[in-house]
Amino acid sequence: MGWAVALPIAAPLAAAAGCLLGRKLLRLQAATTVAAVLCQLGAGIALVWDVHTSGPTAVQVGGWPAGAAIPLVADMASGIMVVLASTVALLAVLFASSTIDQRRAAFGFYPLTNVLLMGVAGMVLTGDLFNLYVWVEVTLIASFVLMALGGGRMQMEGATKYVTLNVVASVLFLTGIGLIYAVAGTVSLGGLATYARHGPLGWPGEAGAMFVLAALLVKAAAFPFFWWLPASYHTPPIGVTALFAGLLTKVGVFALVRVSSLLLTAESLRDIAQGAMLAIGGVTMVAGVLGAAAHSDMRRILSFHIVSQSGYMVMGAGFMSGAGYAATLFFLGHNMAAKTGLFVAAGIMHRLAGSYDVRAIGGLMRKHPGLAVSFAVCAASLAGFPPFAGFFGKLALVQAGVAGGHYAVVAAALFTSILTLYSMTKIWHEAFWKPTPGSAGQGRSAPWPAWLALYGFATLSAAGGLAAGGLFDFARLGGEALADPAAFIAATGGERR
Amino acid sequence: MEAVLPFVVGILYATGTFLMLRRALARVLIGLALLTTGTNLLVFTAGGIVRGRPPLIEPGSEQLSPPYADPLPQAFILTAIVIGFGVLAFAVALAYRTLRDAGTEDSDELTLSEAMPEERR
Repeated sequence: MGWAVALPIAAPLAAAAGCLLGRKLLRLQAATTVAAVLCQLGAGIALVWDVHTSGPTAVQVGGWPAGAAIPLVADMASGIMVVLASTVALLAVLFASSTIDQRRAAFGFYPLTNVLLMGVAGMVLTGDLFNLYVWVEVTLIASFVLMALGGGRMQMEGATKYVTLNVVASVLFLTGIGLIYAVAGTVSLGGLATYARHGPLGWPGEAGAMFVLAALLVKAAAFPFFWWLPASYHTPPIGVTALFAGLLTKVGVFALVRVSSLLLTAESLRDIAQGAMLAIGGVTMVAGVLGAAAHSDMRRILSFHIVSQSGYMVMGAGFMSGAGYAATLFFLGHNMAAKTGLFVAAGIMHRLAGSYDVRAIGGLMRKHPGLAVSFAVCAASLAGFPPFAGFFGKLALVQAGVAGGHYAVVAAALFTSILTLYSMTKIWHEAFWKPTPGSAGQGRSAPWPAWLALYGFATLSAAGGLAAGGLFDFARLGGEALADPAAFIAATGGERR
Repeated sequence: MEAVLPFVVGILYATGTFLMLRRALARVLIGLALLTTGTNLLVFTAGGIVRGRPPLIEPGSEQLSPPYADPLPQAFILTAIVIGFGVLAFAVALAYRTLRDAGTEDSDELTLSEAMPEERR
């Protein structure tokens, strides 16, 4: 099943090249991008099936012997992640391609989107720490250009802040890799895990692991370095924001989970990292949700909520148990669908009512009941109402936290839920229930793929709740694979170089 | 060399961090360049420096005999230099566009995107 491990990276790469060749054929570029995402999705499903029946699979890139090659590895967790990312990407690309303006599309929106998707798949599937850094950079560069594409003062300001902080995080990442290599003499994730299980990392290695952890926490938009996200995510077109919201911080969290589960095995190191991650997770969720309370621009409210929800995931990663990882995976999936769905809803509301400011719009409940219901489903899922997926995600996180005895951070999580509800109610009340204000701007209609994406996300949020039992079985398998990575290590050919 | 390089790395990190904290975007960019260079040197130094022993297998032998210069950190640095150079080039272009569109490169004045709607003029 080697092809299924490589295809999620190869398909968008080929599509990006194809899109560059057909520079003027925008519709064809959109179709190619959708086809690439469908390839990713198919490969992801094949991976999950394959891992389920016969254990983790790996490809030694270039046919080099294991140990010398850079491996691509898929275990249950990464298989699930590929399926989640490509499902969300499929709907987000539909939305983005139907709402992006011609000028941005002509200046390379599609090739860049494909590169972004390739980088995301690479981050999920790589079995090598330095290669992870390279994929992070591939994803970042694509997102830098997408962020700045189109120009204008707002986008330039947003991009400046986004680029600066993310580059600093990359510097931290590379510093960590250098220190770890100095101690372990390998950067293969399997080799590093074996090394960490056979003795202490030593102080340079421990410092290196902390540098890597810090870098990935910045990518995940965790406190205190989260402000690059709310400072920039609302500046590009809403389709780009939706794509970022669905993928970027989420794969950051996944990389954090992967690296911490493999590297932080020594007890002292583990305790320090766990304390830090739980504290950071708790503060992140509260800081994000409080930031959202002050705003009335939907994109800014939702951006702050990305930060807040990242806190939940960092907390779940910080539990460092099979149940915690399983809950984090489930929560990741729920959040990717619900949050991207909310951004899509915001984009459609902007189209229909002419503004992102909730105070300037209203009356959408009566005029567009389908939009209202879809928004309500995603918002309720985000706030954690049963029977939607978000409720089960939070329930699993709370259970894992209580089982580990981390009561303080669980209390913070429950407190944050109430404030999330406040934000969602604010949008709901202003945009849907309130009568249309006299000063409301002129709207236009939204294209059908945007509606399709919205209904798709709402369906995912609802179905994820109704089928939570079956889906959570997969999440549990993924969590077990992360908590006990012996099979993953063996699949990388993971003894020391 | 191994005694000197850590200090060079330290100085590069310190000056880079200091410049990153300045408000002028041009200084931030120079800080960025220094930081990435410092990181590359750190990876190089941490990988261990061996002089005059290329990683070549001697005639008649089947394996590398230590000590030899480890090629892997150098491959890392090569990759990191390329990435760092690309990112820096992008950042310079971005800073130029920001200066042109916003009319300022003082990060304290780049607040339009984060202002509340009623504060925008």
